[in-house]
Amino acid sequence: MTQVANANASVVVEQLRAWNAQAVAQVLEYRGETTFVIPRELLRAVAFQCRDNPALSFNLLSDATCVDRFPLEPRFELNYQLVSLQRRVRVRLRTSVSGQQPTVESLVPVWQGANWMEREVFDLFGIRFDGHPDLRRILLPDGFEGFPLRRDFPVEGKR
Amino acid sequence: MTTVDSAIGTTKTMVLNMGPQHPSTHGVLRVVLELDGENVVSAVPDLGYLHTGIEKSCEDKTYSQAITLTDRIDYLNPLGNNLAYCLAVEKLLGLEVPKRAQYIRVMLVELQRISSHLVWLGTHALDMGAMSVMLYCFREREEILKIFERFAGQRMMTSFIRIGGVALQPPAGWREMVKRFVDMMPPRIDEYEALLTENRIWQGRLKGIGYLSPEKLVALSTTGPGLRAAGVPYDNRKVFPYSSYEEFQFDVPTRTESDCYARYLVRVAEIRESVKIVRQAMDKITDEGVIKAEVPGVIPPEREKMKTEMEALIYHFKIFTEGFSPAPGEAYAVVESPRGELGCFVASDGSPKPLRVHFRGPSFVNLQALPDMVKGQLIADTVACIGTIDIVLGEVDR
Repeated sequence: MTQVANANASVVVEQLRAWNAQAVAQVLEYRGETTFVIPRELLRAVAFQCRDNPALSFNLLSDATCVDRFPLEPRFELNYQLVSLQRRVRVRLRTSVSGQQPTVESLVPVWQGANWMEREVFDLFGIRFDGHPDLRRILLPDGFEGFPLRRDFPVEGKR
Repeated sequence: MTTVDSAIGTTKTMVLNMGPQHPSTHGVLRVVLELDGENVVSAVPDLGYLHTGIEKSCEDKTYSQAITLTDRIDYLNPLGNNLAYCLAVEKLLGLEVPKRAQYIRVMLVELQRISSHLVWLGTHALDMGAMSVMLYCFREREEILKIFERFAGQRMMTSFIRIGGVALQPPAGWREMVKRFVDMMPPRIDEYEALLTENRIWQGRLKGIGYLSPEKLVALSTTGPGLRAAGVPYDNRKVFPYSSYEEFQFDVPTRTESDCYARYLVRVAEIRESVKIVRQAMDKITDEGVIKAEVPGVIPPEREKMKTEMEALIYHFKIFTEGFSPAPGEAYAVVESPRGELGCFVASDGSPKPLRVHFRGPSFVNLQALPDMVKGQLIADTVACIGTIDIVLGEVDR
């Protein structure tokens, strides 16, 4: 199982680095899962590669979510879980976003399904997605103040 | 309000609120419909009426305490949620679950799938005006809930699947009880099909409604019966097997029409497959054996050991006061819930409470397809489309 995951990881890294030497900053292997750390500026371009390169063909975006590592900086880590239905593999793309300017390129042009996932991250973490067609709060009411899934937001809520 | 060109010339559209208290939205979904007469010009779902902040609450609980919260996400599939969460934490810990516990998990999760599909079939038929099917479906669902009650003492929010295994040994007489159910079920499915499959009104309401191409569905991240009804045989139990599903013989039903009727047929076929899996799991579960992994300091020790061994008592005390701390890292576990791909992402920072728990709810993601599905169709077909996406608002809003 682990071997298959590793073989797959090297294919993805080779393909992405052949396209752009800076595309993959780091490859993490943990518990049989592969994570590619992508520079923030290249995120959308790498995502297009992942979808359109026939050797990769990650056509399904399973999930997009965020982890807040407050008080570390850059505090936000965005995780995208990709699936290739043809090749039957999963990988994770990760990119770091700073707390001062939490902005990243939207992946809606790549996978339409990213629309609500990014709206959820925007709603709960306050990360802005550039180029998102409809960036509004999705779960919380429009007038809500603050971003509740940030680590510095109290669990019992603000009074 | 805008103007649109229609067959009789230029007309004004009208905005109509459907929900959040509309019976056919299966909870508190609000859809803002822009209508041209009875035709839908655009539909904008508005969510969040049931948002309870479960993901935030999980961050303030220890890893084992958070299990009870996961039950309440998709309330028609509590055991499936438990399983996704436990698989993620087990992956984080690098923990191996005993085979017998895995088979018990599979059996219960498949029973849960049947009960969830029965609720779907019953409520969807009710939406379409066939009331008696609902009564039939809930009759059989009751039998499944009785099985859960016997196993866990609870009918719905069982929290029966725990980190490292399951909570309790199967109760006395469970085999007869489950066998009675799986023997009863296939003829009952025939009964539902006799009422619906060839029914002209049923076909008229569902056939050709809500079509989306397989490429569109994949782009929208749709999974589950909705995607399989479009001919894409994507089922995590087959493609990325977990909990020993690779040892079970079953088919993944698919259709190619990708309309509401195809989604109905796929779900009914899935009930039959689940019955098969439950039968196989029953044969695999031995009468005696362990139900959880043995990892001191992580899995609570047996009651008997606790009373005779000092270390076991200390571990027990530590687990229930402080919890256990997985090494820093992340894990993403995926199961096939009745509605599609249910993912659970857990991140640890090395403390006894998770840094982040995230649920990729299939209802939430699948609902994105609604605006494309209903565009240009009638209001009544919107009801059919919402029904066959099979949303559970607890999971949509979390």
